[in-house]
Amino acid sequence: MQLSVKHLLGIRDLTRQDIQIILDTATQFKEVLQRPIKKVPSLRDVTIVNLFFENSTRTRISFELAEKRLSADSINFTASASSVSKGETLLDTVNNILSMKVDMVVMRHSASGAPHFLAKHIPAAIVNAGDGINEHPTQGLLDAFSMREKLGRLEGLKVAIIGDIMHSRVAMSNIYLLKKMGAEVMVAGPPTLIPKYIQEAFDIRVEYNLKKALQWCDVANVLRIQLERQNQVLFSSLREYSLAYGINKRLLDSLDKKIVIMHPGPINRGVELDSDAADSAQSIILNQVENGVAVRMAALYLLSGGREMTN
Amino acid sequence: MKTILNEQQLAIIIRRLSHQVLENNINLDNTVFIGIQPRGIFVSDQMIQVIRQLVSPEKVQYGKLDITFYRDDVRNQIHVPNQTDIPFSIEGKNVVLIDDVLYTGRTIRAALDALLDFGRPAKVELCVLIDRRFSRELPIQPDYTGRSIDSIISQKVKVFWKERDGKEEVVLL
Repeated sequence: MQLSVKHLLGIRDLTRQDIQIILDTATQFKEVLQRPIKKVPSLRDVTIVNLFFENSTRTRISFELAEKRLSADSINFTASASSVSKGETLLDTVNNILSMKVDMVVMRHSASGAPHFLAKHIPAAIVNAGDGINEHPTQGLLDAFSMREKLGRLEGLKVAIIGDIMHSRVAMSNIYLLKKMGAEVMVAGPPTLIPKYIQEAFDIRVEYNLKKALQWCDVANVLRIQLERQNQVLFSSLREYSLAYGINKRLLDSLDKKIVIMHPGPINRGVELDSDAADSAQSIILNQVENGVAVRMAALYLLSGGREMTN
Repeated sequence: MKTILNEQQLAIIIRRLSHQVLENNINLDNTVFIGIQPRGIFVSDQMIQVIRQLVSPEKVQYGKLDITFYRDDVRNQIHVPNQTDIPFSIEGKNVVLIDDVLYTGRTIRAALDALLDFGRPAKVELCVLIDRRFSRELPIQPDYTGRSIDSIISQKVKVFWKERDGKEEVVLL
């Protein structure tokens, strides 16, 4: 069994079987991470470059750790400290790095489609670590992994994605993935942050009332308000957003069931999620971070295939 | 297709191997059993059943080891892993590795590497149901052998298990 893709550009390109293989492989890597020696030699001959053209803490550290746990060699690149600021193009930057014999590229970029562009022009396998407002496939996979781990299944699960859907690549990857795996998906938030026609385009539910959304779902995946991507006023103030769409313990206790709270991070505490909800027993936010390493190990491992030694 | 072992012979051999292992590890306090995924665990499951009838069952420590991430052919082909479950420490223990067919020795080489990531065992022994002797590519030999067979590379040894294949026998294809 192998993946149907050469790159991990988005969940959109994956089949249901691909997703299944990645999640099952991640389960085994999670066991590796519990061992006294948390490392396997599988990617000993692979060199991976982490190209981060946009800020990141969790994802970058998570990828770096995943690479080290697989025994791959990794090099880090941050745009601010590179020749990009001297005017080098993306393709030139990457080709220069590849000429130093690099096998895989993990890339985050603020332009949607940047990794797809690279995939057309370079021979190395590419893993998208977030491109603009398009997709963040490993986040989608680790979210699904965490849901499956907590609740035992994805099929038939009711998942509400709450907040800034418009600017969220996490929302896109989650929607593609959950729909492929047979979960029911709802997006909730203020109308200005939910794209028009999303209901028809993805065959999902749309809800503007937070309480109703929470009442419906088994899992609430709460998203950050991406102020850096909003170039117009989409709601009047963070305080107003928080009053209408902020989740706190009191609201969770008022529901007649216990739902699971997730967040891809970084949390704006007191805006979309209050501390008493983010740190409650219902939250699996830190499990998501832990699972991220195992899921990224699975993706890198499965994409590293077919590198026969030649003389 | 030639039958090497039928169901009855298979059961007798598993019983014998269990007794032999126990004979050399009479004090199970320091011994652990580890079956190799995916097919070795059919042998180890049955051996553990026999051993648990012979000694106090709670003394028998039994785990499963997957060697996918340690394979030496990872450059050519990516394999999807199976479950590893070793819920005890192997530090300073006698480890009995159990597999179905010993052929090139490469699986056991990988298993030894994998095992060392769980600690430093005092001793590792190898127990196999079928030993395809004269076809080794690495210097690895079993301590307990169910049946030794002579076969050529183009032949295949297939072990069928009741739970999975509906019948229990070993054949040479």
